[in-house]
Amino acid sequence: MSHAKEAELFNKDEAKVNWHDQALWFVRNKRDKAAHTVKGWEDLRNLASAIKANVLSNLDDYLVQFEENAQKNGIQVHWAGDAEAHNKIVHDILLQNNVKKVVKSKSMLTEECHLNPYLEAHGIEVIDTDLGERIVQLAKEPPSHIVLPAIHKTKEEVDALFQKHLGTVPSHGDPRYLTNEARKHLRDKFLKADAAITGVNFAVAETGGIVVCTNEGNADMGVHLAKVHIACMGIEKIIPEEKHLGVFLRLLARSATGQPITTYSSHFNKPVQGKEMHIVIVDNGRSEQLSREAFRSSLHCIRCGACMNTCPIYRRSGGHSYKATIPGPIGSILSPGMDLKKHSSLPFASTLCGSCSDVCPVKINIHEQLYQWRQIITKNVKQPVVKRSILKMAGIVLANSKLYGFLGRSSRFMLKHLPKSIVNSKINTWGKARDLPKVENDNFEDWYKKRKS
Amino acid sequence: MKVGLFIPCYVNQLYPKVGIATLELLEKLGVDVDYPTGQTCCGQPLGNSGYESDSKGSCQLFVENFKNYDYIVCPSGSCVYHVKKHFDILEQTEDVVNVRNNIYELSQFIFQVLGKTNVGASFPYKVGIHKSCHGLRGLRLGSCSERMDAHYSIEESLLKEVKGIQLKTLNRVDECCGFGGTFSIFEEAISVKMGKDRIQDHLSSDVEVITGTDQSCLMHLDGLINRNNQPLKVMHIAEILNSTL
Ligand code: SF4
Repeated sequence: MSHAKEAELFNKDEAKVNWHDQALWFVRNKRDKAAHTVKGWEDLRNLASAIKANVLSNLDDYLVQFEENAQKNGIQVHWAGDAEAHNKIVHDILLQNNVKKVVKSKSMLTEECHLNPYLEAHGIEVIDTDLGERIVQLAKEPPSHIVLPAIHKTKEEVDALFQKHLGTVPSHGDPRYLTNEARKHLRDKFLKADAAITGVNFAVAETGGIVVCTNEGNADMGVHLAKVHIACMGIEKIIPEEKHLGVFLRLLARSATGQPITTYSSHFNKPVQGKEMHIVIVDNGRSEQLSREAFRSSLHCIRCGACMNTCPIYRRSGGHSYKATIPGPIGSILSPGMDLKKHSSLPFASTLCGSCSDVCPVKINIHEQLYQWRQIITKNVKQPVVKRSILKMAGIVLANSKLYGFLGRSSRFMLKHLPKSIVNSKINTWGKARDLPKVENDNFEDWYKKRKS
Repeated sequence: MKVGLFIPCYVNQLYPKVGIATLELLEKLGVDVDYPTGQTCCGQPLGNSGYESDSKGSCQLFVENFKNYDYIVCPSGSCVYHVKKHFDILEQTEDVVNVRNNIYELSQFIFQVLGKTNVGASFPYKVGIHKSCHGLRGLRLGSCSERMDAHYSIEESLLKEVKGIQLKTLNRVDECCGFGGTFSIFEEAISVKMGKDRIQDHLSSDVEVITGTDQSCLMHLDGLINRNNQPLKVMHIAEILNSTL
């Protein structure tokens, strides 16, 4: 189903749309306030963008440097070309260590690779330990947001879900009670896990260490209790030096949730004695995106989610309407690179308002890339006949003054003289909820000519 | 200084009064304005729909029509933005480069080229500004709420000088109205919802007249207001700046 159809369904419940819109606008507002407290915020964005551009143009060297340093620290490094290879590598590590139960902290990459179903099919239990992630996991849904995975769920819905799966008592969606119950449930899972999987926010080439940001401390808890730690990262997560964390950590927390700093910025530089630490470095279409010059900077993304919170369409259509691992504006420029046909409606799910590009802490020109994808999609994916022929025809008419003058006049004539019931009827999508403009006697050009003579 | 007036296709056909106000206002300010007949469109509807390559003919015609003017002025930020940003699909001849450099949105032209803020208008109503996205974030007619730059706004600077006007502050100062060209048709549900939400913000902020620099956004909002019989009027900024009520 196209984004437009999904969005139409979501909009059947206007009260829910309003609630969703306001919940995310609240986060956007909080971000504004937090960003305002940083002098030189715009300089920081420029710096972050420049660092990422440097990383992407020297990615091969940085990756090798990172691998060497990580190995020196006793970390085992693996390379995966695609999602399948990634899943297999993770599974093999788990097999070698005889792991049956895994706890996982938030990682969009493992979502992208569909790691959970893969491991479950091989008889391994995977528990998402981020509260939001656990909620959507229990609901058997994908996350609808990359930072706030369960933002589409009301507290009452979470209440019902916990009653069913965790045996809680009805609480009218009391957040304190529900969080406490989740904590008890997860604590048990933490204690019994044999391995912990985490994502990676930043991989420092200079040190070979990684940084994982969480608000719940669940990455630390998982890693410290289990004997095996597997960290999964896309190739673009590299930053050159440790000091660059000062730029990115400041931007990330404020852009994501309006916090001055994420509660836990956990640095993992080497395995604890007697334990194992693995890093799986994944390409899965990234080097191809890197080769597309117009879309290269989409790989700057630090997954803060700010472009989603600010996007007026995302807020009113919900993350699931995008039918992609990464929803919202950034997802709409990444996904077409993975599967052009499947995601061909996404670059059109935008008014090109540009709010995403201005909010983005690493200055990705998201709305310009949406425009560029549109040009590619109309050439490569079959478009609805009506849309194609009308726009092709418009191209011819608008290049010809006389034809344009004639058509403009006749359509104005029709608008003016057709009964309102036809003009505003079902075949006219504009007129479903909006009136058409009232037509005046002359157009501007007629008026101008008369005035001149 | 010879100024060529560009009246976007839909303004020419559907909102002649906006074109008239623009022309009269510029003349009042002592500008020598000419309207080259035979002009059509900047090609934006095609480009934004993914048919940029089919728009080359209309872009070329645009350059032909306007290449001999010192400045090109247009009462629509999004058309100006399109010429500046997307005419890179044409061969960059001297004419094309000049046209792209010399085109201005109306309020931007008054503020930046003529250096004026007071145009001698009066308009005794409560007004809310709809900051159209392509003008705001494309042409940077003002600071946007996402960036942490110092606050400025060309529309506000001009409107503040209008006698009797009361400018109202909105809850969301620069959210998109949901028009978005063909988006308004192909993503109808969201487009309508976004428009409704913008209108509600103006209503809650005690606004009587919504104004802006882009008639296309205003057309979308006006269509909703009329359908729902809401107590709001919509006027292009040229109409207010040309008003002597
Ligand atoms: S594109 Fe920018 S704003 Fe969006 S998630 Fe990535 S870093 Fe954040």
